[in-house]
Amino acid sequence: MKIRYYYIVLITLSIAVISCKKDNYDAPSSTLKGRLVYKGDSIGVERDQVPYELYQYGFGKVGAIASSFAQDGSYSALLFDGDYKLIIPGGQGPFMWKQTATGAPDSLAITLKGSQTLDLEVTPFYMIRNPQITGSAGSVSASFKVEKIVTDSVNQKDIERVSLYINKTQFVSGGDNIAAIDLGGADIADPNNITLNVTVPAIVPTQNYVFGRIGVKIAGVEDMIFSPVQKIQF
Amino acid sequence: MKKLLFITMSGLLLGAWGCKKDSEFLDIPPIQIVPNEVAFSDPALVLSILGDLYNRQVDFTSLDGYSDGTPGWRTFTDFSESFPSENGSNYIVQRTGWGYGEWATWDYAYIRDLNLFIQRDSAATQLTESDKSRFLAEARFLRANYYFELVKRMGGVPLITNPLQYDYKGDATSLQVPRAKESEVYDFIISEAEAIKDKLPADANVKSRASKAAALAMEARAALYAASIAKYGANTPQVSLPGGEVGIPATMANGYYTTALKAAQEIINGNAGPYQLYKVLPDLSDNFAAIFLDKSSVNQESIFIEDFKVGGRTHGFTVNDQPFSISDENGSSDAGRLNPSLNLVQSFERLDNTYVPIQTTDVSGNPVYYADQLDAFAARDARLAGTVLLPNGLFKGKRVDIWAGYQLADGSIISSDNYVNQKPLPGTTNPVQVVGSDGTVNGLEARSQSGFYIRKYLDPTIGSGRRGRGSEVAFIRYRYAEVLLNAAEAAFELGQPAVAAGYMNQVRARAGLTTPLAVTDITFDRIVHERRVELAFEGHILFDMKRWRIAHIVWDGTPMTKADLVSNIGKATKRNTQPWGLWSYKYYNPGNPNNGKWIFKEVLPAVVTGANRFQFGNYYSTINDNIRAANPKIVRQPNQ
Repeated sequence: MKIRYYYIVLITLSIAVISCKKDNYDAPSSTLKGRLVYKGDSIGVERDQVPYELYQYGFGKVGAIASSFAQDGSYSALLFDGDYKLIIPGGQGPFMWKQTATGAPDSLAITLKGSQTLDLEVTPFYMIRNPQITGSAGSVSASFKVEKIVTDSVNQKDIERVSLYINKTQFVSGGDNIAAIDLGGADIADPNNITLNVTVPAIVPTQNYVFGRIGVKIAGVEDMIFSPVQKIQF
Repeated sequence: MKKLLFITMSGLLLGAWGCKKDSEFLDIPPIQIVPNEVAFSDPALVLSILGDLYNRQVDFTSLDGYSDGTPGWRTFTDFSESFPSENGSNYIVQRTGWGYGEWATWDYAYIRDLNLFIQRDSAATQLTESDKSRFLAEARFLRANYYFELVKRMGGVPLITNPLQYDYKGDATSLQVPRAKESEVYDFIISEAEAIKDKLPADANVKSRASKAAALAMEARAALYAASIAKYGANTPQVSLPGGEVGIPATMANGYYTTALKAAQEIINGNAGPYQLYKVLPDLSDNFAAIFLDKSSVNQESIFIEDFKVGGRTHGFTVNDQPFSISDENGSSDAGRLNPSLNLVQSFERLDNTYVPIQTTDVSGNPVYYADQLDAFAARDARLAGTVLLPNGLFKGKRVDIWAGYQLADGSIISSDNYVNQKPLPGTTNPVQVVGSDGTVNGLEARSQSGFYIRKYLDPTIGSGRRGRGSEVAFIRYRYAEVLLNAAEAAFELGQPAVAAGYMNQVRARAGLTTPLAVTDITFDRIVHERRVELAFEGHILFDMKRWRIAHIVWDGTPMTKADLVSNIGKATKRNTQPWGLWSYKYYNPGNPNNGKWIFKEVLPAVVTGANRFQFGNYYSTINDNIRAANPKIVRQPNQ
């Protein structure tokens, strides 16, 4: 059979012409970022445990762009410009998020036009003040103050326990730790002056530092509120 | 002449063929579809339609696995009650919790088919009245049972009891039904069970089809679930929705407990057929294992089962879980996957009704030496050896070979990564086997990594461990012992501990616990414990922990220490986040009286890196975005 090269050329060319259309959308380029704050102070949470959801209406079915806050309470999302609504789903986070009359989480309208920094103002049940974590090779101790923020009789909650966590890596929480010490809420003598001591176990391979963090577990609230992670050098 | 005849005949034939009316031309009865009038005229055809609906039931644990490809054995793992000895399933013990969508089900296509069946069966004219009403009752049973499965996992769901019809006018709002209250779904299940129970046969030999006892057992379990959600839901006020789609008011608890007790007692009193506990074999452990193997009419304990048959439908549970050394698929990785954890094993009581961990050390911390591995588990609840295949336990007439190595007098250990890799012992040159052929080696799949194998459902029939044949052991969905425990729990909660003790002691006596519990011994912890050991690996633990609202305490995400493990056995809220193992070592010290004896060590298998964390958002599985986008009236689950 005689191969007709011009067919091959023709087909290749037509494929090339058809496929060489430019993408009709640019990649999303606007960054929405910020932190969880209470009166300017950032709120620490457990990594990947406190979610937030962004909704954009007008494109078929409604579904959330779901993500979660980092340890230091920061978030960031790469989005197209447009109108969004942000919520923190019910029962999430060691703080109160505004609710609608029916009890659903109220949404925060965001108009995104270029990158934007938006801190989310929330009301935590408690705040950890003046966290001081110091340590030597054998033990790590922490002293801090716990301040009750929500005091009205309907919404106020008790402290279930305060905990000091240490870990080999910078991710420190109830789920990620090599040692922890708890102090029950009823055993706290003076919330203005709490000290905790935890013994550092043997670390393999050896390292001369750990990361430490103080957490407060609030009764009836799943997520704990945390102090910033501190690196403790021995 | 011949030609003329030919032409005439052809003409006539053509005429005969072509003379159909135009309007009838396409009016040919389909040959691949049986029309409803025909299908519902013959009981055999109706039964085949019903057979499909029976097949599509959804169980939490299933010997033949799920249609999504999850193998049967894996549906029995998780919750720290067992360890998965298959490398592809390590995630079960490496994750730190469950996604909110885990355990979700939303099969409204199944409900529609059930509703269509009910509608068509009701309209059938050529069936006998008795056939018609039994089929109808069976379909209503299946529908109620699936709504029960839905409400257990999702809370209140839209209650659809008629096949919905779309009118193709572009507006689907008439099809968008909001979620019913959680209590309304339970009420529906209870009222359906009451309505159909007398239309179903009161015959203890009807096991794979719905019977009166099956309907009552479903009613008792459903009412008990509703009651405990009402009562214990008060402990977790955040797990509720203002519309009642999730959560049941505490005031309804007593009503539901009363319904549960009444329904269970109807079975116990023999109104639904002669059901009783299985007490056939003299060895109580063998007897307990046989409940799940015996499908003959001797077994009057099983009430409603998912049946299997060689030559038709079989399952691979025995293939996947048979001991590696006694496997029908010699040397393959189809063995030993489901390994019960020490957490579960130690929770079986001693025969004097006390909770004691497996003794590995004496009071001064020295190891305890056992002449036989089985001695470590002696004088315990017979259900232990009936549920779990212990080290040196018997299966198919052979002993399983589970041990982790030799321990020398100086405390060092001689072991290897596989029993075929032999090593000489000190002072000798001959290489010998230094680890059991059934494990235990960390990370070596298809052999025990916790020190135990599963025995429940494990089929000793010859050939049942072959891939091509499979096993025909049935999965029991409802059985008499559970009915007794349901009655006991309901009676306890209604302030009748004497009645509760009576029912519990029946179940315990069958397991060899012949010292009856006194009325004052019956506590919430006792009830939780009894269900855990009697109904282990039967798909109850998750839903029990959920309805008592203690799942978030038991699985709190904190890793377990050995001290955690061996303390507070028998306490309902004991932490249970990681599956521990119990490894045995042969003591090697020639000349010492303990030479050749066994010592045990509690070990967290190296593969276990996660710790189960059950969050408030896990109490009710996510209704996904697709469902909520298609029906905006569906409200979201709480805490997620």
